[in-house]
This record gives sequence, structure tokens and C-alpha cells, in this order.
Amino acid sequence: MQLISKNNVTGKTKKVANVNTALAAATCALLGTTPLVQADEGVWEMDTALLYYGETDRVTAVEGVFSAKKDFGDEHIFSGKLVLDTLTGASASGAVSQPNAQTFTRPSGKGQYVIGAGEIPLDDTFKDTRVQLEAQWTQPLWDDMRGSTGVHLSKEYDYLSISVNGSLAKDFNQKNTTVSAGLSLAFDTIDPEGGRPVAFSEMVIDQGQFANEQAYQAAFDATRQENTDDKSTVDLMLGVTQVINRRMLMQFNYGYAKSDGYHTDPFKVLSVVNDQGLTQSLVHEDRPTERTRHSFYWQTKYALDSGVADISYRYATDDWDINSHTIDSRLRFNLTDNTYIQPHFRYYQQAAAEFYQPFLLEGTTLPSFASADYRLGEMTAYTLGLKYGMKMPSGNEWAFRLEYYQQDPKNAGFEAPGVLQQLDLYPSVKAVIAQVSYSF
Amino acid sequence: MLRKAQIMLAFLISTQLVGCANLGVQPWERDLLAKEEMALDAEGNDLGLDDHIYFSKEATSGGRAFAGGGCGCN
Repeated sequence: MQLISKNNVTGKTKKVANVNTALAAATCALLGTTPLVQADEGVWEMDTALLYYGETDRVTAVEGVFSAKKDFGDEHIFSGKLVLDTLTGASASGAVSQPNAQTFTRPSGKGQYVIGAGEIPLDDTFKDTRVQLEAQWTQPLWDDMRGSTGVHLSKEYDYLSISVNGSLAKDFNQKNTTVSAGLSLAFDTIDPEGGRPVAFSEMVIDQGQFANEQAYQAAFDATRQENTDDKSTVDLMLGVTQVINRRMLMQFNYGYAKSDGYHTDPFKVLSVVNDQGLTQSLVHEDRPTERTRHSFYWQTKYALDSGVADISYRYATDDWDINSHTIDSRLRFNLTDNTYIQPHFRYYQQAAAEFYQPFLLEGTTLPSFASADYRLGEMTAYTLGLKYGMKMPSGNEWAFRLEYYQQDPKNAGFEAPGVLQQLDLYPSVKAVIAQVSYSF
Repeated sequence: MLRKAQIMLAFLISTQLVGCANLGVQPWERDLLAKEEMALDAEGNDLGLDDHIYFSKEATSGGRAFAGGGCGCN
């Protein structure tokens, strides 16, 4: 885990307020005099970024970030962040492809959409705007001890997440070792358009069987629960940061997270198929109301003669049986004193949740929980990217990042009946990530 | 593939640790570690944006920072 201030670990110096201050200090040093008052207050450091994330035929997101940080003296540091994003496009509903066209009711209950024969059922009604605010305060406490506390808020149309966090870090061994412990408490509220579906309730599809609009609405309402639902999460994180030698720095974190409440995705369904693989009905998914997660994270940064190698590995496991491995590496090569390129490679692999099922078989006992959300299934994913950064004579920096992200869901051992054998039940998801950053 | 990666990783960690029986540096040896790009939170916005993408698209989150809370992102 890392507190906002890395200064004690890396000895990183603050941006000097201006050249005059530096020159004055240097002059005083040369003359052997001490300035009367040495202002220790840093300048505001601003970082902005605009990110585009676009999946082929699916979701498109645009995200803007503005973050600011200032040292008010003696490492009393404030940092704040504002994130705005918009999301449009289509998301996999969880239903399986069929050899014939399929009609689905939109999650709001208002309107329908049709998916062609052999096509992956994507719900194209996603449209959301989200705002996120963060504030963090970090300061020294006593005996090489630092404290940090912060708040986080994320709000979108149907979802609100509020969290508070606090952590302590202590330096040992001439500040070569830092041990830290942190706690975060999060509270999420969800109020989806059209209400939360009743677990395993059948999707009501108006195919002319209703006498009138009221009869349809009554049938739809019977599959919905009113009021909002919520989820609370407790996160605990223990970390050790160790300077290995003049070039190398290492970090180890253990994370524990326990969440209670609504974990279901109200927009996901499962197809109930017969022994020929033909869909007979669609039911809404249901997930457990508790989840306990553990993560083990290791990161190393190594200073090359002209660049930095940054490699990390994460192993995560939870009581939903989702085990995952992540390797992330960034290699920065300085081209000149002011420019660099940085290739990025990330590999991710996860096992399926115990209740993940790509479909339900008609006539079999309904499980306690089930979801066909591919994000809970077995998959591998990789990211390949390149970043180019350039520092302007003013000290401000521009950076451009272009990446390719691909997810490859896998069959976790489910036997597909009949027509499903000829259809793609585990389609890949391909996305492009483009980002422009400016720091000043 | 995964097994090989795990062995490689164990090898990497052990060689690094064995090679550094005397961990740490003196304050005047921090020239390289003090570089901006060597800070663990360098490129904070990139890391935050990546965390958000992978949080929305994969079943695991956290590790580097807290895992909990978040958004209803799809």
C-alpha cells in the first residue's frame, strides 16, 4: 500500500516553487548566510488526462480526470481528484446466441430490442454519466510516522458509492523500510432504472399475449422489487515498502476485503435452454450477498541508466472461487533528457466463480445462485500499449498513450447441448484505449 | 504457461533478495530513487484510469490500492 507521500521512501524532492527561490537559497548557501524565513510551501501540481475506451460493437467510454496536489509545508500534503465519465453502447446481457432471432425486453421495461440469428445478445441501452470526487490529506505524525485520511465519492444515475479511508505508515532503517496499514469503509447504493429484478424471475416479453398495456406493466412489475438496495465493503491493507539498493525499490501488499449486500447485476440474465440448446425462457441472475477477498501484491521498480523498469504481480482469491493472476509491466526508456517511450504489457487470468453458468438447463433444479456474466467466467486478457511523453521547456509535460486490450473468455467445462455447439458462447472482447495527459 | 510464470517469478524474487543481503541505501545514495519516475505513485492518473477499466471488466480489483466500493460500471 502506498500513502500519498512517497517522499520518505524515495527521498523524492518537491518541485521548487520557482527558480528565484532556488537561486536565493543557493546564493545564501554560497555566502554562508541563512535566509530569515525559508518558505517550505510547494506549488500546486496539476495532472489532467482525457481517456477514450472503445470496444468493438460494445461499450464506448470517455473519461476526463483532473487531479491536484500541494505540499503545504513539512509534508502536509493535500491531493484531490475529479473524474467525469460518460458511457454509451452495448453490454453482453448474459443470454446465449440462438440460430434464430431473439426479442428481449429492455431492463427499464419500456421497449424491446431484437438480436439477429447467431448474434451475441448485447443490450444496447447503456448510457450513463458518472462523477467521482476524491480528497486525501497526508501528514507526518510522530517518530517517522505518517498518517493519511481521505474520502471518495462516485455518483451515477442509478448508483452511489461513498467511502472513507485512513492509514498509517512508519519508516524504519534510515527510511529504507516503510510499513503501512490502512482501512477503508465503503457504502454503495443502487437504484436501477425499472427496479431490481426478483431473483430468477422470468423476463416478461410482450409478444401480443397481453390484453393491454396495463396487463403487460402488471406482469413486468411482478418481476421487480421496489426501493433501493445497498452494499457495504470493509477493506484492510497491510504493506511493506523496501529500498533494496541504489536502483531498486520493492513493495508488498496484502489486501483483505469483505462486502455485504447487493452484489447482483440487475441488467444480467441467463438463458434457460432445452436439451437441443434452444432458449425456452430468460431469467434474471442472482449472486450471493457476501464476498470475502484476499489479494497479494508485489511490485518492483528498477532504475535503469536511462529509464525505469516497473513490474508487478498480483494473486487474488475469494470465497466465490475466483482466483486470478495479474502481471503488469511498464518499461520506460528515456529517448532524450525530455522525452521517453514506455511500452506496457499486462496479462490477466481468472478462474470462474462457483455460481457462474453460461446458461441454465430446462428441467434441472434451480441453483442457489447463478450468473452468466462473462466477467465472472473463466478468462484470460492481455493489454499491449505504448506511451510517449515529452517535457516542455516550462517543465510541463505532455503524454500520449495508445493501448489494445483483449479479453478471451473460456469454457470452464460446460457441455453445450444441441445448437449451442455451433454458436460462439465465449466471444472475445476487443478494445482500444487512447489517452492524452498534461501535467503542469 | 502459468506454472512457468510462477517459477520465473519465484526465481526473480529469490535472486533479487539473495543479491541484496544488505538491504537499503545511505541517504546520499538516493539520487536514482529520488527521480520522479521512480515514485510508486508516478503516473497516478494512468494507474487510476487503468484500475477503473479493469475493475469494470474483470472480477478482481485492488492489490495496489483498496479494492472496495466503486461504481455500477459495465
